[in-house]
Amino acid sequence: MTKDECKKVVLDIIADIAPDEDLTNVKSDVRLRDQLQLDSMDFLDIVMELRKRHSIEVPEADYIQLASLDSCAEYLTPKFNALSAKS
Amino acid sequence: MKPSRIVITGVGLTAPNGNSLAEFRQNLLNGVAGIERMEIRYMGSQLAGVCHYDALRHQTKKEVRVGTRAGSISVYCAREALADSKIDWSAQAKDRVGIYIGCTEHGNVETENEIYNISKFNYDTKFWSHYHNPRTVANNPAGEASLNLGVTGPAYTIGAACAAGNLGLIHAAQMLRLGEVDLAICGGISESIHTFGIFAGFKSQNALATHADPAKASRPFDKARNGIVVSEGGCLYTLERLEDAQARGAKIYAEIAGYHVNSDASDYVLPNPVRQAECVRASIRRAGLTPADIHIVNTHATATPLGDIQECEAIRAVFGEGCPETHINNTKSYIGHCMGAAGALELAGNLPSFDDLIVHPTINVDDLDPACALPGLVLNQPRKVAKVDTILNNSFGMLGINSTLIVKRFAP
Repeated sequence: MTKDECKKVVLDIIADIAPDEDLTNVKSDVRLRDQLQLDSMDFLDIVMELRKRHSIEVPEADYIQLASLDSCAEYLTPKFNALSAKS
Repeated sequence: MKPSRIVITGVGLTAPNGNSLAEFRQNLLNGVAGIERMEIRYMGSQLAGVCHYDALRHQTKKEVRVGTRAGSISVYCAREALADSKIDWSAQAKDRVGIYIGCTEHGNVETENEIYNISKFNYDTKFWSHYHNPRTVANNPAGEASLNLGVTGPAYTIGAACAAGNLGLIHAAQMLRLGEVDLAICGGISESIHTFGIFAGFKSQNALATHADPAKASRPFDKARNGIVVSEGGCLYTLERLEDAQARGAKIYAEIAGYHVNSDASDYVLPNPVRQAECVRASIRRAGLTPADIHIVNTHATATPLGDIQECEAIRAVFGEGCPETHINNTKSYIGHCMGAAGALELAGNLPSFDDLIVHPTINVDDLDPACALPGLVLNQPRKVAKVDTILNNSFGMLGINSTLIVKRFAP
């Protein structure tokens, strides 16, 4: 998985958990909370959906890694790739 | 000191056969039921009263996703009631508003959904939603309405089984009289059709209605009645002290005339006609009326074989044969049993009788059960009457809670 593909995965999840948001111009390097109406429960949703849909675990200490699309991609892409290497 | 007079100044509702008072009333007069078949988890196709209101009229998609159906119904009804009341909401002191919502149960839907959800993950509880607790707390429906409306006054639910709709109104009247709030948004709601447990429970009790034609499934007082049609719905009112309503030139639907609440203390599920009659009598006495002064009695009857007879026994004991101007009807024959919303919705459907002097009938009575043949029963066709100055609304519930609410035509 590329980092861009990883960002798409995260955006797909956000589209479901924040259905009123326009995601067409989300900036990768800006904190998601600074450009979208997302609260702490929404971030727990992102964690839950990563777990449900992709079997990816994000420990609480790493939640900060989900701040922006760029940081999501940095953090999650190796996890996705490690998973696909296993399978 | 004489208690403040309390008046109804706004109505917001969603019923299986209407999403506004005007639509609901028209369907009650036209004999249009709102029962359909619905897929219920583990049980397949069942009869249910389903509401088709537009949730996005007053909520964002995210509010609908995060919240509960009960919360969504509450928001819809509260917003519609406020709009109907023509209160200047932007100028309203939000800390002086109370939200009092009756519900039969809450949390079953959300808990069942979560158990079903984790069943897809080998019952691993790490897949259990972090929304479970805010969704299932008993105050959820009122809390969601307070969030949506920005109400900072007291907002909570009143658990009173199927008497809850009346209890919402009664509690609101009490809080207004105590001066706790200046405006109450109150009534009852239900999301019960989304829990299989309600259906399965009634089925195990041999109290779940079946019929080939959904529109004919809910048939109180008919010989062939065979149980309850479970429905969802909601009806919330704005209640105000009379002087406040008059000061802003509000339209007044009715005045709260009297009420009473008591308990059977005799059985988990079987009604007690002696206690029901006591409740009805006490409400009439507290309204300063006599039985002959009551012009419409909206029955609670749910179409269970025994329950209908028990209520008829109670009504017969109070009204006897000497009340020629008392007309008796039933709303569940159209919309099934809307549980916590039942009392509030059924009252709303009768309120327009103050204006049009028409009593909507009880439909689906093809063969009247002699044990339910009350004098004054309005069967299958609307009845134009000479006078409607009072409406008495019965709502009873499991564990033996009885409530009777009387409203009267407003006269300054």
